[in-house]
Amino acid sequence: MTDTIVHVLPKPAPSAEPLLRVVNVVKHFSAGGNGSVKAVDGVTFDIMAGETVGLVGESGCGKSTLGRLISQLIPVTSGEVILDGVDITKLSGEKLRQQRKQLQMIFQDPYASLDPRMTVGDIIAEPLVNFKMISGKAKDARVQELLRTVGLNPYFNNRYPHEFSGGQRQRIGIARALALNPKVIICDEPVSALDVSIQAQIINLLEDLQREFNLTYLFIAHDLSVVRHISDRVMVMYLGRICEVAPSEDLYVSQDHPYTRALLSSIPVPDPRIESKRRLVELSGEIPSPLNPPSGCLFHTRCPIAQVPGVCADVVPPLEMKPDGHLASCHFSDQVRTKIKIEEAPA
Amino acid sequence: MTDPILDVRNLSTHFFTDDGEVKAVRGVSFHVQPGETVGIVGESGCGKSVTAMSVLGLVQRPGKVVNGEIMFKGRDLLKLNKEELRNIRGRDIAMIFQDPLSSMNPVLRVGYQIEEAMHAHNKIADAQIDARTIDLLKQVRVSDPERRVKDYPHQFSGGMRQRAMIAMGLSNKPDLLIADEPTTALDVTVQAQILELLRDLNEQTGAAIVLITHNLGVVAGLCKRVIVMYAGEIVEEGTVEQIFESPQHPYTWSLLRSVPRIDASRRARLLSIEGLPPDLIDLPAGCKFNPRCPFRIERCFSEAPLIEQVAPMQLAACWVTMEKAYAEMGAGDITDTSPGAASGVHPKGRQVLPEAEVTATVAESVGD
Repeated sequence: MTDTIVHVLPKPAPSAEPLLRVVNVVKHFSAGGNGSVKAVDGVTFDIMAGETVGLVGESGCGKSTLGRLISQLIPVTSGEVILDGVDITKLSGEKLRQQRKQLQMIFQDPYASLDPRMTVGDIIAEPLVNFKMISGKAKDARVQELLRTVGLNPYFNNRYPHEFSGGQRQRIGIARALALNPKVIICDEPVSALDVSIQAQIINLLEDLQREFNLTYLFIAHDLSVVRHISDRVMVMYLGRICEVAPSEDLYVSQDHPYTRALLSSIPVPDPRIESKRRLVELSGEIPSPLNPPSGCLFHTRCPIAQVPGVCADVVPPLEMKPDGHLASCHFSDQVRTKIKIEEAPA
Repeated sequence: MTDPILDVRNLSTHFFTDDGEVKAVRGVSFHVQPGETVGIVGESGCGKSVTAMSVLGLVQRPGKVVNGEIMFKGRDLLKLNKEELRNIRGRDIAMIFQDPLSSMNPVLRVGYQIEEAMHAHNKIADAQIDARTIDLLKQVRVSDPERRVKDYPHQFSGGMRQRAMIAMGLSNKPDLLIADEPTTALDVTVQAQILELLRDLNEQTGAAIVLITHNLGVVAGLCKRVIVMYAGEIVEEGTVEQIFESPQHPYTWSLLRSVPRIDASRRARLLSIEGLPPDLIDLPAGCKFNPRCPFRIERCFSEAPLIEQVAPMQLAACWVTMEKAYAEMGAGDITDTSPGAASGVHPKGRQVLPEAEVTATVAESVGD
């Protein structure tokens, strides 16, 4: 079982037209008598056709909820999700179903996301059957073509999921997502359950498929190294809000939000020389409860450069363009790189 | 060089299942010096955890240590009876696990669980135990420890539970702390804090640390020496600089190139190690990595390479590397000395290619 597609073509530049627009999306979950959890609290961004946008954050930051809101697996509390010009939050029933064909998902757990009692062929064909797109011999041919596309033996279609390894199952999940020729795929932690050597296989496959089918990805993961590798732009999320959006190329050298810088300083680099010079940005305390988020900037309770009492505790910083071209929500973004040290001073 | 505190010799642990004999660990030998930090890295099923469990005598049926010696401070742990082993476990050797929630008793207070280990071993005087519990929590940087000792595990966050587990492990001032994926279940910012804590504790208490992990970055920051395991065997061992800068086994080399690095150019395609690790019941002949190895030669299919010294402090089990080592002794003209590309001998051309070309060619040559 191997990567069958090896492309030398560079990835085409993403178009200037947004394919997916997320506008001020909010999701509040009711927490009984305790008020509500603001899981996603006013998120706005665009994804251009052919682009890969990464969404990174720690557990509980709302990144998976945001993925589910965009695919309308759960309804939004307010806000718009405009897919190819149509606001899908206003659709329901058959209209939603038809519009959502363009948007598919790949899930984290390759064990839980495939029905153990269906054959691989039936799993991959289910979307096709569901939309009555194809049947009989043509369907079998399409399933075999999809299996080949994701690097599996086309004659595996009669086997069951338990006969496959984690990486192979993830390929089956990808084949299912490709069945309807979607424009957008939301990948929710697609490689975090896989072993290191298998992760690279799946990442390379996703990159190849993007070139071949001009796909647009929203790539959600907690691992900033993986997200940065595959994405054109990276969005960093904290407590339900986006705190920074940066081109992947300069995320490592330039950060405009203290949380991005702290996150970056936490990521271990497989290089002992870099590791020995690195300094961890100490974040005070724990992530606050989304039931009772802090006032002003959500990060002010842990931020090493926050002015408290002062503007950081009182005023919500807007997500705005900074001189280096990043979007960031920080009152003091000009001080992030000078005041927060992530490298030991040379001895 | 002082005597090693732990000296594992030719350890083999098999599991006797209905499907057959799973040869999880085969012929593993390594040592740990007092106060040293050693990383054991590998993917799931490579035998890294089973090795640790074997050291502590925690392998349960159907598993069995079938061969080897585990010398700890001059005594063979495999020859001790249960009582003698219990006196060492938790006292001289402590272990912390991946999932701190399931390693703690949910109905007992955290403080009580830390004290329990000290009461059990009588190394710490009873009168000092209460104060030491609070001290330990302070040492692992749990804030407000006087109040926190009375909390139950569910009142602790994941990172704090792992801190409490480390406090428990350190309570009897062990000589050796075995940490099995201690940060895998934690968020990155918390992981970084726990790693820094382990680094500080190693310096302060002088306890040796064996860190078992799949994460190469974690090893680079904490360990001085690294052992790489694949399919139940040690394939390479060396100082952390050697392993990361001039790996001598193709598996180590591939593994380093298969992980995206936060500081690298995004343009480089990841090297994917094709295929899957072998079935431990039905192992391939010759080198166990041969079905996935981009550099394999004829000999790899028939003869299993033994782990041999390839540089001072560095050992590797690879025919290709061995040939190159011999070549460097004057028998050949292979002159690759660039960092990290030590095994960059292409299977067909036998010449050294620049890094980018090797990656591309590997990807192409394994496509079927």
